[in-house]
Amino acid sequence: MGRRSTLKRIGVFEVCNTLLMLAVCFLTLYPMWFVLINSLNAPEQAMLGTVNWFPKQLSLDSYSVVFNDKTMMNGFVVTILRTVIGSAAHVLFTAIVAYGMSKTTLIGRKLYMKIALVTMLFSGGLIPTFILMTKLGLYDNFWVFVIPGMYSFFNMVIFMSFFRTIPDSLEESAKVDGASDYGVLFRIVLPNSMAVIATITLFSAVYHWNDYYQGVIYIRSQEILPLQTILYKIIAENSMSFMQQQAMAQFGARLPGNSIKFASMMVATLPILLFYPFIQRYLVKGVMIGAIKG
Amino acid sequence: MFQLRTQQMKAFFKQWQLQSMVIPGIVWMLIFCYLPMFWLIIAFMDYSIAKPMLESPFVGLKHFQDFVTDDRFWRSIRNTLGMSSIKLVLGFPIPIIFALLLNEIRSLRFKRTVQTISYLPHFIAWTIFGGIALNWLGEGGVVNQLMMALGVQDREILFNSDPKYFWWITFFTDTLKETGWSAIIYIAAISGIDPGLYEAAELDGAGRWQRMWHITVQSIRPTIAILFILAVSGILGSNFEQIFMLKNNMNMKMAESLDLYIYNMGLVSGRHSFSTAVLFARSIVALGLLFIANHTSKKLTGDSIY
Repeated sequence: MGRRSTLKRIGVFEVCNTLLMLAVCFLTLYPMWFVLINSLNAPEQAMLGTVNWFPKQLSLDSYSVVFNDKTMMNGFVVTILRTVIGSAAHVLFTAIVAYGMSKTTLIGRKLYMKIALVTMLFSGGLIPTFILMTKLGLYDNFWVFVIPGMYSFFNMVIFMSFFRTIPDSLEESAKVDGASDYGVLFRIVLPNSMAVIATITLFSAVYHWNDYYQGVIYIRSQEILPLQTILYKIIAENSMSFMQQQAMAQFGARLPGNSIKFASMMVATLPILLFYPFIQRYLVKGVMIGAIKG
Repeated sequence: MFQLRTQQMKAFFKQWQLQSMVIPGIVWMLIFCYLPMFWLIIAFMDYSIAKPMLESPFVGLKHFQDFVTDDRFWRSIRNTLGMSSIKLVLGFPIPIIFALLLNEIRSLRFKRTVQTISYLPHFIAWTIFGGIALNWLGEGGVVNQLMMALGVQDREILFNSDPKYFWWITFFTDTLKETGWSAIIYIAAISGIDPGLYEAAELDGAGRWQRMWHITVQSIRPTIAILFILAVSGILGSNFEQIFMLKNNMNMKMAESLDLYIYNMGLVSGRHSFSTAVLFARSIVALGLLFIANHTSKKLTGDSIY
């Protein structure tokens, strides 16, 4: 009798819990679905902004506006460039520093570590950093996306602890064969660290792809505005004039701002959504490494 | 002594390759981390960006006196504490509850699928996520339609133009975006619990909720404590990318957090020294908070971060 009542209780809990989890999935996925259907919807429908499940009238007009917009496409190129160059520079630079730091024979290692640790506790903050960037000539300069983000203490520690797990015998035998420290790093250590390199590259790439704030603060010239900063201006500041003018010329007044917004949002997220199923394992792995270290 | 030095120098030059890997990193840190710290002294000057720093006159604590008498500063403190408190009190337990409930799902495949889907929004940019929120909260948006269909309100409300909703908008959007991601660390901690504990408890007749409380929650307590310390010490911070996206001229009264105040004063109004003084004071208070939170947690639960 006792056993049956537990079974029944578990049943109710299980059902509710499963429903709750399905609700979580729905709440997570619906916003992106909403953007997708409204970007594909005929403009008149998107303007209404009603809750719906499928596009009522398929149309690619909004996408054609976005893809024909010079500013947007230029932003796309800038974002791809900063993502590729920025993540590559970050991973390479951080990994090289980490390899040197992983050697206990390194003279001055304790001092170097102290210098690095202080940066975790204190920082100059927004205004001093802004002034420094201006003085260094990085204001309104593409390299502001790359150079200040080249290094991170956190990722250095992750690299360092990973490098330590590589058997010394591997490095030693290469040394016996006459390899220099750089030779060991590039021919033995890095090829054996692909898992951690992939994880950190992905985190860095997602950051570079999604960041809009650096562009808001440091960039004035249209030609080097990243996609997300342009999107910020379109959505939050409602500065649609350039696109709207184009749309008006092309489609007359029947193409309202909303569907262009949704199409721009979709274009800016599509790479993340497409890669997500493949990269999410690495991203979770990254958090785990970080959690253990922290 | 002199001999020792030359020996050390020799050893140093012998490992020039290793040194040449590390030293660029140190130089980078000196430039991009230490120089900004050094520039914090403009908080005590009347600095103008056009002149070299040392030509600017020292003014002592003038800027500090200015901001403590500024009503807008105190308003930004109120907004920051308001948003952080909601996030801390209501928001902190949510990922824990999610992790606990997800752990009760029996089917491994369903569990993984839910988890994978749940952290997708973390990787969506705030421009996109904020854009969706602004659309949903606006005129004729999803939220208004839903509320009217449910009979909660009888006419449209422009949620994002009315300051009184702002704190809640930041709370709900943040919860939607980050719950799954924040839960990962708890899920990892839960997966490390010895299954034998559950079997033993079941034999002793402990029910589902008892096991959840006495075994799961107790086992992940150190993780909870550490994240709580970090959350408390971050109470003067705010999610800048989120607020910057959702703020507008109409809701600024409740939206201007301390971060945004520093941004507005420093980069919009160009009062560099003034906002650096605010930054300076904030980092000192934040360090103090970290210390207090850590100390309290150590006393109460025995768990701390240092």
